[in-house]
Amino acid sequence: MTYVEFLQAHSGRMIDGTIITVYQFLLSTVVAIGIAILFGLMKLSKNLAVRSVAIIYIEIFRGTSLLVQLFWIFFVLPLFGIHLDKFTAGFLAVGLNMGAYGAELVRGAILAVPQGQWEAAIALNMSSRKRMWRVVLPQAFVIMLPPWGNLIIEILKGTALVALISVTDLMFEVRQININTFLSIEAFGTAIIIYYLIARLFVTPVMRAFENAMSRKIGRA
Amino acid sequence: MIEWQWELVWELAPRFVDATGKTLMAAGGGYGIAVILGLIFVVAQRTPIRVLTFTMREFVELVRSTPLLLQIFFVYYVGPQFGLILSPWTAGLIAIGVHYGAYLSEVYRGGIESVSKGQWEAAKAINLPIVRTYRRIVLPQALPPAIAGMGNYLVGIFKDTPMLSVIGVAELMHTATTIGAESYRYLEPYTMVGAIFLALSLPAAFFINVFEKWVRRTLGMVK
Repeated sequence: MTYVEFLQAHSGRMIDGTIITVYQFLLSTVVAIGIAILFGLMKLSKNLAVRSVAIIYIEIFRGTSLLVQLFWIFFVLPLFGIHLDKFTAGFLAVGLNMGAYGAELVRGAILAVPQGQWEAAIALNMSSRKRMWRVVLPQAFVIMLPPWGNLIIEILKGTALVALISVTDLMFEVRQININTFLSIEAFGTAIIIYYLIARLFVTPVMRAFENAMSRKIGRA
Repeated sequence: MIEWQWELVWELAPRFVDATGKTLMAAGGGYGIAVILGLIFVVAQRTPIRVLTFTMREFVELVRSTPLLLQIFFVYYVGPQFGLILSPWTAGLIAIGVHYGAYLSEVYRGGIESVSKGQWEAAKAINLPIVRTYRRIVLPQALPPAIAGMGNYLVGIFKDTPMLSVIGVAELMHTATTIGAESYRYLEPYTMVGAIFLALSLPAAFFINVFEKWVRRTLGMVK
């Protein structure tokens, strides 16, 4: 069987899988960004209780494996009456896990905004909300974009794990193809190329364009 | 609602102790391979041979931006197609070693690039062979700034070992899944795995931090 014949026979399944992977990836990214902002800001709070909650969340999710968290959410939560379907459990686990890493990026970037900017905003008598929204966050945003580019690639890679709870993503489909045909190098090799192309032709250029646009916007181009 | 059973925890404890050992072995073995491969990857990227530099660069990018899980399957299943049968342990360690080798090569690269150009020029001026230049001049200076990154990936590789369970390496995750299948209890096994990971990775991160500060201090590089 040549490679072209292989593609003709199995491309349908792989395309279906790729679409699910992209859905999982986009939804995980949304969850991760939300979690990152929430817990990143909470970790900077002056309130000890709020800060503790953030620290505990971040350490638990960064200190254990994504796979463990995924299985916990999918197999253990139902025992407590929380039933999530596999698709939701998949992107939720990836998003909650990566969000914990993102929270540290948010926190780090806010702290990296020069002290003088905070002081200037106070000197201009800005309210604390205005200081955050108009002065600190826009600059923090530009600072944290490059590491977010890496994290978003990690999110894409992380979504492959959802295949292990039978979400029919690209990883799942090629594993099925491998079981049916034993054409391992064709099946897994093609999947590696597809993941690589998503990362290289979609994620990286979008993030790069975003970085450029943002730094131009705050006059740092 | 389900009750947490401590008796089950004690009953399972010996199996988890054993599995923790295997997890640490997988992480240690994988890391050993990664440390060496990373060095090879980074040095290959700095040779004057353009083809090699380009291929290595693309290879590292490819490995870094595709899922480790997929790479584990690839290594494990592609071998037999060509008559090369790898045990789950061998395949798993190769996959995880190459994956983290690619990450470590980037860490090393950062370290090497932080060595000032004058050091290279001086080594050249005294006609030091390239191998000795790396071994005696560049790498010792490139190491301290790389320690933090290397430490992070040591913890990272430890947390990624559960993926080896998919090809049957009997580490923590595999043990928990087996127990789940035997006893229909998922709460205790999976929670125990999480707790073990937490109990090991938090102190590890702390000690790496201490170690990095100690190296900087002993080498007189305190910022």
